[in-house]
Amino acid sequence: MTTPPKPYSPRDWSSHPPIIAPDYKSTPLRGATKPLIPIRQSLSELTGPVFGQDSLGELDNDLTKNGRKDGEPLGERIIVSGKVVDELGRPQPNMLVEVWQANAAGRYVHKVDQHNAPLDPNFFGGGRCVTDDQGVYRFYSVKPGAYPWGNHPNAWRPNHIHFSLFGPSIATRLVTQMYFPGDPLLDLDPIFLSSPEKARDRLISEFDLSLTEEEFALGYRFDIVLRGPWETPMETA
Amino acid sequence: MTKGQTPSQTVGPYFAYGLTPEQYGYPLASIASPDLRTPDVEGRQIRIEGRVLDGKGEAIDDAMIEIWQADPQGRYAHPADPSYNKGRGNIAFKGFGRCGTGTDPENRFIFDSVKPGAVDDSQAPHINVIVFMRGLLSHLYTRIYFADEADANAKDPVLLSVPEDRRDTLVAAREESGGTVVYRFDIHMQGENETVFFDV
Ligand SMILES: [Fe+3]
Repeated sequence: MTTPPKPYSPRDWSSHPPIIAPDYKSTPLRGATKPLIPIRQSLSELTGPVFGQDSLGELDNDLTKNGRKDGEPLGERIIVSGKVVDELGRPQPNMLVEVWQANAAGRYVHKVDQHNAPLDPNFFGGGRCVTDDQGVYRFYSVKPGAYPWGNHPNAWRPNHIHFSLFGPSIATRLVTQMYFPGDPLLDLDPIFLSSPEKARDRLISEFDLSLTEEEFALGYRFDIVLRGPWETPMETA
Repeated sequence: MTKGQTPSQTVGPYFAYGLTPEQYGYPLASIASPDLRTPDVEGRQIRIEGRVLDGKGEAIDDAMIEIWQADPQGRYAHPADPSYNKGRGNIAFKGFGRCGTGTDPENRFIFDSVKPGAVDDSQAPHINVIVFMRGLLSHLYTRIYFADEADANAKDPVLLSVPEDRRDTLVAAREESGGTVVYRFDIHMQGENETVFFDV
């Protein structure tokens, strides 16, 4: 069989943030200024790295355990789960999901994070999981805290978890952030607000009692939609 | 009816311990590294070096570069490549690399790999590049072509689709130092030599 794979639908720029969004002050000097040049998707774009279950370590999907030194991390335990689908709603099984986040106090382990909030000796904040045959991923963590950043006076990032996915090819690559429902900082955050209004709710997880584990952890559902196959345009004779 | 595409968001300044932990000295195994070479891969070893420059020409120290390439026989390690299962001798070579620009004193990304073969009958050898950084809300795609493939480059349909005066931004210069073949590829986010980025 030598039929080349089908191309993916384009990146939907009415759903993604612009390359330069001046309210997010790092973008004007870093975003490309010339129009992107269209490319006809070839094997180069229709393939990508394959990471399955064998790329995971034993505790990679449990951030409440994978950074422990001598006890449990502080904070509200959460379970984050969701379905990874393409634009046609088809589940994407066996797909790597990488996550990283601040601890419950809003502090990252990262060396350049100088926020004056405590590090948690028992929390690292990085992990990953792989979707099952229904396209569902799931990991345990603690709810990340809000943290200040220097974008503008009194600027605070809403609670969020960073996500990185490949999907089936490099064309479906996605790096995004998951937010929490009801966060008052969302309406003030230039990064969240950079995405077009109609698409913003896709970045906010939902509290889900059915995911919640009794007397253990709160459940949040965050479904992710990747690019799907390019649909043949309807004939408009 | 499903919702549309989940919007992209910036990788932010703190990606390193999640996405490139080993390179930055954090205690988590990395799924990918800046060294793509595997013991079984045959072909010419190469190094790719470059910086990511902002609108002021300053080298960005919190960018992350990913590369995706074919093996020296022009095969992608992916089931969608029809040649994937045809006599692969170098099964361990994945062709994927990741490097942050924050661990090199000059803020370079440095990849050790092998030179990719031509992917199909029409395309010149190239490496696919994905660019992420704090201050970039949606990742960008570009390609590295090789200066010593002038004949193939002259016929490459992707290069030919780029305005002639911008094609140079996609071609890495070749240098040889101490027996190592180094291709230099700076990524200019802005300015006169702004790198060509593709709407993949
Ligand atoms: Fe963050």
